[in-house]
Amino acid sequence: MKIAEQMLDRMRPLFAPGRPLHLFHAVFDATDTFLLTPPDVTDGPPHVRDAVDMKRVMMFVVIALIPCTLFGVFNAGYMYNTVNGVPGAGFVQHVLRGLRLVLPIIITSYAVGGFWEVVFATVRKHEINEGFLVTGLLFPLTLPPTIPLWQVAVGISFGVVIGKEIFGGTGFNVLNPALTARAFLYFAYPAQISGDKVWAGVADWAHVADGFTGATSLAAAKAAPAGANAMEFLKESGFTLQRMIVGLEPGSIGETSAIAVALGLLVLVLTGIGSWRIIAGGLLGLAVTGTLLNLLPEATRLANPVLQLPFYFDLVMGGVFFGIVFMATDPVSAAATPAGKWIYGFLIGLMTVVIRAFNPAYPAGNMLAILFCNVTAPLLDHIVLQAHIRGRQRYLARMNHG
Amino acid sequence: MELISLAIRSIFIENILLSTFLGMCSFLAISKRIDTAMGLGAAVIFVQFITVPANWAIKHFFLEPGALAWTGVPALAALDLSFLIFICFIAVIACLVQFVEMVLDRFFPPLYQSLGIFLPLITVNCAILGGSLFMVERNYTFVQSVVYGFSSGAGWALAITCMGAIRKKLRYSNIPPGLKGLGITMLLTGLMAMAFMCFSGISL
Repeated sequence: MKIAEQMLDRMRPLFAPGRPLHLFHAVFDATDTFLLTPPDVTDGPPHVRDAVDMKRVMMFVVIALIPCTLFGVFNAGYMYNTVNGVPGAGFVQHVLRGLRLVLPIIITSYAVGGFWEVVFATVRKHEINEGFLVTGLLFPLTLPPTIPLWQVAVGISFGVVIGKEIFGGTGFNVLNPALTARAFLYFAYPAQISGDKVWAGVADWAHVADGFTGATSLAAAKAAPAGANAMEFLKESGFTLQRMIVGLEPGSIGETSAIAVALGLLVLVLTGIGSWRIIAGGLLGLAVTGTLLNLLPEATRLANPVLQLPFYFDLVMGGVFFGIVFMATDPVSAAATPAGKWIYGFLIGLMTVVIRAFNPAYPAGNMLAILFCNVTAPLLDHIVLQAHIRGRQRYLARMNHG
Repeated sequence: MELISLAIRSIFIENILLSTFLGMCSFLAISKRIDTAMGLGAAVIFVQFITVPANWAIKHFFLEPGALAWTGVPALAALDLSFLIFICFIAVIACLVQFVEMVLDRFFPPLYQSLGIFLPLITVNCAILGGSLFMVERNYTFVQSVVYGFSSGAGWALAITCMGAIRKKLRYSNIPPGLKGLGITMLLTGLMAMAFMCFSGISL
């Protein structure tokens, strides 16, 4: 640390205004503040109310993502080795294989996204900050491990440039950049990001393990024929509740394990970085909607077996838990007022279940539900604020006349 | 039940603004302030709510082939006036917009002032004519056309109020100079349409 400090101090004058390297001072600032505590304070939203500044806030999110990332690496390798029947594969082989699958995706995402970040910071003279480290890690975690790397590059470019930088960089974006990137890929190249074939990294579909279809738990639940008991059907397809909680199943890299997400949730809520209101609202929305769907008339439920699943199945299947904890709590694109946060979270939970149950086109409704709520979040805030103002005015009027 | 699903479909799934991109001009121009956006949204709901059923009646009783049979005159009953559909629809819309304008001028002068030229321009708002033409194309019944008129207007109003709120937030953003104003609004509309795609494909 000492050496780094001395080196940075020696280089600092080179990047001062008017000096040859001033053009690239954003890169220098980024390195400086990334390694050491910067003396400056942030001058734009999101505003900070304690000693932890925006850069450190974002670092905490990255820390909260570590369990998901590590588990994602292991799971990707585990799925690959089991499905392809690699002989004698143990823990180490799983991890090595997982690293080979996942690391290139993360590196591509960071490199390409970082490139755009530096270009915009240099040209537009704003600072680079760790907000990008979050986006660059969240995005790969929502992808299948088999995604072609050029698609990762295209996706993160879209997410960083169109989703964030054209609005002025971190703190000004309307939609969550990682989700924007994911949704863009989803609509542009559906073949590589949806369906049953992409989740496990199968080398040759002629030689997979017996009975393995490659479907995610969500797809398996949706595949239940009319009239079947969805819970039994899931169990027969190999998805027990326990397995879905642990997360050794096909799925996007970071989203499969409810335990890993719960660890991240703990970090976010304990440090106060993720809004507990949004998370609680989301889980509540999920539970209420799921339970209401269970109460639908029997004929409807038999026709669409997904409706029979109890709400906690909705929570552990697919990416919804990951989405609510890491995506919905993005402070920039979420609602900002306390009441708005409850409504925002609740809407996400509600919409996710509704899309899952009624939209045959998209099995993973959570991503789009959050994007939709990102769009409505400013309106929610506006309504909450107006209601508050009107309430205060009525109160004042009563006081003055009473 | 069927009517509810029609309403949900036309508000969210086939949102007239974000899935068919009708009514873009006033959407881009009026969404700067959230209050006026809401006002225009309400005006569009109102106009749509009245014009679609009114046009349905005109089409059903006057313009369709054989629609004039109720007169009892065989020569009229054989007439097919459907080539007049466009011009009649536009005339009905223009009259109703005039009516809305007078009502607003009389009862909500501030809203009337802030909508300015865009209120008469509802006349040429493609969403309004589009709504009536969709009604013809999809063969709605009278009740369906009432529901469709209201809910397609509501979908448009939802989109423009969301946009108004977002643009209020964007006032604090550091947008590149070349994209300020319409540029960023166009891009945002695209992003919003992408978010609304979560509904496409829902079968009710």
